[in-house]
Amino acid sequence: MPAHSTDTVNVLVPCGALGIGVKERDVFSALFGAHAIACDAGSTDSGPAYLATGRAKYSRDAVKHDLSILMRAQAKAGIPLLIGSCGTSGCDEALDWTRDIALEIAREHGLQPRIALLYSEQSGERMAAKARAGRISPLAPMNDSEPQRFRACDHIVALMGPEPYAAALEAGADIVLGGRTTDTAVLAAVPLMRGAGAGAAWHAGKIAECGSLCTTHPREGGVMIRVGRDDFTVEPLGAHNQCTVETVHSHMLYENSDPFLLHEPGGILDVTAARYRAVGDRIVHVTGSVFRRQPYTMKLEGASGTGYQTIMLVGIQDRDVLGNLDRFIAHMQDVLVDRVRETMGERAGAFDISLRAYGWNAVSGRQVDAHAAPPREIGLLFVATAQTQEIATQIAKTCNPWFFHLPLNAGQELPSYAFPFSPAEVERGRVYEFRLNHVVHVEDPMELVRTAFLETREAVHA
Amino acid sequence: MPKLSEVCSHVRSKNAGPFWITLDLWFSDSASFERYAAAPSLQPAAIGERFGVDPSLVKYFAMPDLRVVKISYPRARPQGGAVERDMHGGQQYVQLLDMEL
Repeated sequence: MPAHSTDTVNVLVPCGALGIGVKERDVFSALFGAHAIACDAGSTDSGPAYLATGRAKYSRDAVKHDLSILMRAQAKAGIPLLIGSCGTSGCDEALDWTRDIALEIAREHGLQPRIALLYSEQSGERMAAKARAGRISPLAPMNDSEPQRFRACDHIVALMGPEPYAAALEAGADIVLGGRTTDTAVLAAVPLMRGAGAGAAWHAGKIAECGSLCTTHPREGGVMIRVGRDDFTVEPLGAHNQCTVETVHSHMLYENSDPFLLHEPGGILDVTAARYRAVGDRIVHVTGSVFRRQPYTMKLEGASGTGYQTIMLVGIQDRDVLGNLDRFIAHMQDVLVDRVRETMGERAGAFDISLRAYGWNAVSGRQVDAHAAPPREIGLLFVATAQTQEIATQIAKTCNPWFFHLPLNAGQELPSYAFPFSPAEVERGRVYEFRLNHVVHVEDPMELVRTAFLETREAVHA
Repeated sequence: MPKLSEVCSHVRSKNAGPFWITLDLWFSDSASFERYAAAPSLQPAAIGERFGVDPSLVKYFAMPDLRVVKISYPRARPQGGAVERDMHGGQQYVQLLDMEL
């Protein structure tokens, strides 16, 4: 296949995540020849807080900046714009947040696109019923599907495949804003609906999911994928950027536990036999990707709040302490826990005190080699976790004099370690946890998806 | 026996979803890859022990075209939560660098 074959389906992928920074010039100069613009706006990678609260990771201004460029490009070229996993988590609240930004942009620029909204948030009760009916399977390392697990989530989302996007486009949508979707599906949707090969479409979607991460300049905007029957190409949008066989092939490693098999709704992408070939010095051509159909499943993500945390930080340069750090920290842990138990008793409830010595072993938590030289300075972080914010703060305040003034050895003059803040304690807020690593078996790809259409012609004047 | 950092040009770690961490090891040349890709210290038993997880769940892949060994292991606890130390898992590779092959 030549690099610019006329019988490919071409998707402009402007960025790895909406809100990370779309380049207007790159998008508009690549518009000609694109059949769709598609990108992703979400991830679990920054932790459970975004799903548990429904709030987005990126700022509203950053998302509006990117979405404005893409909506104006959509209007200019008259091609569909698809955005998956809106508002980071892709739950209903996050999708509505993105919808409101889109309406504001439409109003400000006099645009009148027909917008489809794909909701894929699920109620805990409904998923608990699915679990009872044996329709939910755990994924390793999790090994149970207890119904209570689903009820305990604040938000649950089911990851959509490409079908709801195709259905919305067939129903006349210009822009599709999706709830949680697999990164690959939102990019593969238009190639699949226009008859490109399934193996090529899914593989192209995987390679382009993080925009220019599959290029030699990972922070340089996006890429264009051109998908045929049995092959595809990937090319950077930036004129001075390059895709190489190494950068494209290596992307199969990225945030993927298996570099050959990728489980998607409705099948498995198998790239074991894929071949990567350079076309000139900017484009890579890929063949041999296979998509094997399987019974349709949707991955579930769920999160909820648990305890609350209050933290304190202290800097230590005392050489005697640093020469005996492990003994000092173990001693402090005992002293602080005893102090809380004695002072607060039952009122402290189930609590945890975690001491993390930055500059020593905070990142791994592993024992440092006994022969290691002492550090020059450490930052010692105190983290109290308790059932309410008020109790976590009371625990921190109870520990305050010991955390800041504990001598290495009994009988020494009281030291003062270097604490930077007054008041010393910082209320960090709630702790969130991921609770689900499951798939739900569905009758068809639309069973758990709710589609709504928005006529901006009316909405912007409302 | 060489250390991992002596035969690899690039080593990284990252989340693969909230429940897994994946390690990518780029060997410096084909000779190093051929000689050390199958080293016992990179196999599931050793990796499981090092990161405190069930070895039967650890995945190991050799990718000769890229001169890469990829190892994935389940997190002892899901990403986030009260005792998270490395939200992206992006620093976990460092403890492998001095490992003898």
